[in-house]
Amino acid sequence: MTAISPTRFESPGAVREGLASVSYLANEGIAGVVFLAERLGKPVLVEGPAGTGKTQLAKSVAEMTGSRLIRLQCYEGLDESKALYEWNYKKQLLRIQAERITQADGETWSDIEDDIFSEPFLMTRPLLEAIRAQDPVVLLIDEVDRVEVETEALLLEILSDYQVSIPELGTVEATQIPLVFLTSNNTRELSEALKRRCLFLHIDYPDVEREKQIVLTRVPGITDSLADQVVRIVRSIRGLDLKKAPSVSETLDWARTLVLLGIQSVDSQTATETLHILLKYQTDIDKAAKDLAGSSSSKR
Amino acid sequence: MDGSEQALPEGSSAGILESVSGFVKELRNAGIPVSLTENLDAVEALRHVPLEDRDAFKYALAATMVKNNAHWKTFETVFEVYFSLRGREYRIGDNDGADDTDDLLSSLIGSAQSDGQGSAEGLTQEQLAEMLLRALMDGNDSMLRAIARTAVSRYAGMEPGRPVGGTYYLYRTLRQLDLEAIMAKMMEQAGRTDPARSDLEERLTREDFEHRIDALRREIEAEIRRRLVADRGAEAVAKSVRKPLPEDVDFMHASREELAALRKAITPLTRKLAVRLARKRRHGRKGPLDFRSTVRHSLSYGGVPADPRFRYPRPSKPEIMVIADISGSVAAFARFTLQMVYAISSQFSRVRSFVFIDGIDEVTDYFKQTEDISAAIARINTEADVIWVDGHSDYGHAFEAFWDRWGRDVNPKTTVLLLGDARNNYHASQTWVLAEIAKKARHVYWLNPEPRSYWDTGDSIVGQYSAHCDGAYECRNLKQLERFVEHLG
Repeated sequence: MTAISPTRFESPGAVREGLASVSYLANEGIAGVVFLAERLGKPVLVEGPAGTGKTQLAKSVAEMTGSRLIRLQCYEGLDESKALYEWNYKKQLLRIQAERITQADGETWSDIEDDIFSEPFLMTRPLLEAIRAQDPVVLLIDEVDRVEVETEALLLEILSDYQVSIPELGTVEATQIPLVFLTSNNTRELSEALKRRCLFLHIDYPDVEREKQIVLTRVPGITDSLADQVVRIVRSIRGLDLKKAPSVSETLDWARTLVLLGIQSVDSQTATETLHILLKYQTDIDKAAKDLAGSSSSKR
Repeated sequence: MDGSEQALPEGSSAGILESVSGFVKELRNAGIPVSLTENLDAVEALRHVPLEDRDAFKYALAATMVKNNAHWKTFETVFEVYFSLRGREYRIGDNDGADDTDDLLSSLIGSAQSDGQGSAEGLTQEQLAEMLLRALMDGNDSMLRAIARTAVSRYAGMEPGRPVGGTYYLYRTLRQLDLEAIMAKMMEQAGRTDPARSDLEERLTREDFEHRIDALRREIEAEIRRRLVADRGAEAVAKSVRKPLPEDVDFMHASREELAALRKAITPLTRKLAVRLARKRRHGRKGPLDFRSTVRHSLSYGGVPADPRFRYPRPSKPEIMVIADISGSVAAFARFTLQMVYAISSQFSRVRSFVFIDGIDEVTDYFKQTEDISAAIARINTEADVIWVDGHSDYGHAFEAFWDRWGRDVNPKTTVLLLGDARNNYHASQTWVLAEIAKKARHVYWLNPEPRSYWDTGDSIVGQYSAHCDGAYECRNLKQLERFVEHLG
């Protein structure tokens, strides 16, 4: 490792406050792991249900530390030419063509070869860019579970040593250690090798108090009592056996809708009518509607 | 947690290292894979967190060593055992200790109600219940914690050195507190303060209270554990509270909570499995060279076949027939298997399911009509016609009936899954049916939820049946089931 980035955080508590200042409300776990990641210079693997603020965490950390966010969106079929680097092959061809035309003397093939495999012909992709960055960066590798197991191996060198080996150029080492976040929706088990190199953070649905705070900070013009009701109803719905439980972002959408509709207090009728904002499957909506309507009789 | 509480036994960093290595050992015993590097990372991480901050300490250990959320609960239990609060007040059978918590409680009462009357020693059982009620109504956490301590020291009747598990003490404490009655009282009081509230509001209030009572129960459990650890040492207690990880829980012997946990665990598992299978189908299937296509593509390289093309075979999608025993003991197993098979049914051209006890019935339609698997299973249990004589498993008759009614539907594309323990109550086995099915079908597999050592003991005749199957598999937990279903897809 070449250089240690200057310590940015004092304590987990400071991380928490810092994140709160960019309106991301972290719990002890989140703050603790971010703090450790920075201290140990290790990447963080963030896992959890969709819509609980995994990607947002990376964005907020970048905003808090004033770093540039470099994002690599993973998808099936992602390869190193899209993730790491690629030689600008058209430009190389042009260079060779130009060589033939001008017929510059004294230049041998090896000169040309040295020339076309040099910096101007290199196209950096997110991972290499993060390694070579001079300014502080936060690297976000989003939905890492979407790439194949073989592609995952690409990440290992970067994640453990913060370097990239380019056969023609040699090894590029990081000038500073970037903060790295990998997010996963857990659609498949990630390889042991990857997990071992990362700190693990599971972000679950927040508890009632934290979710209420999130609603209050993110939804302008909402009253305290409405926010309270909203999060308690959402918790109640999450308790049902659904295909897809409402996420935090859906809670926020719902709260915004209620504010727009000018609703002061939710009764079971309003809740049922606006359920489609919280839930995306018809079977879930039916189930929740039935449950909310018959709430007094069904339970005990 | 406030800073005055100590996360670790007094001592230098050597003491910490010792605790951590014992802790790691126990994690491994509990089935969580902790590698050497992860262990080193954990120790490295501990250098950076303030040790008096118990939460930070806990999350440092978790982030470095527990890389699967399903293992979190186990981690938390082991953590509580190894790094619980230690100190004078946790000595069992020590009267000073009991007074200590009472003092703490009375000081809390003092701060809560300014008239400052009476210490906790003078509290009667009714007064304690009254205080508990109020603490629960207000959601006063520190008060609840203090009450939990007092309740344990008063009601659990813990005796030093007695080798009983924590559940016994928990039961004794909870019986004295009578939380059911308190819940009823809370609802009544809430109703009195706001008589005009709606049904929805009432439901939300009840859920609030339920959460608080759960928190109290956890607090009591933790308190008992702390005292046990103080008495018997971390290792002994860790051993007695050790529970299998969700994927290792035995279907046949799962408790109600474990079954609930299993049901939760199975959904993400099936989703993962479906993704994995879909991927396997799309990739890694090289066919023979496609000559026409290769020549066509060679045109863009001036006739040089630089880009060979291959014929990708159309993946054969098997047709699945699941024949499941749903009599008492193996019902849970059948349920999970059916759920798993249906979750990946897109990988098969057709899935048909049959359930039997001593009669047999097709239940495919129940799954078709609803997307909700639990509703389908509830319908199976109430509506399917599976009882022929007495409702005791009769594999022989069920298979015979299957052959009569659906035997002609078995074809060379069919894979037949048989689920059950093959405990036939000494009825005729009718193994010829399986022989016939095996002749017609592509594969026949038997899944047995019993440990292999029990097979062919007593009235189990799985050996006779499996002679006609392509394979008989032990399928006692989610891990084994997942492995088999993956192999199937």
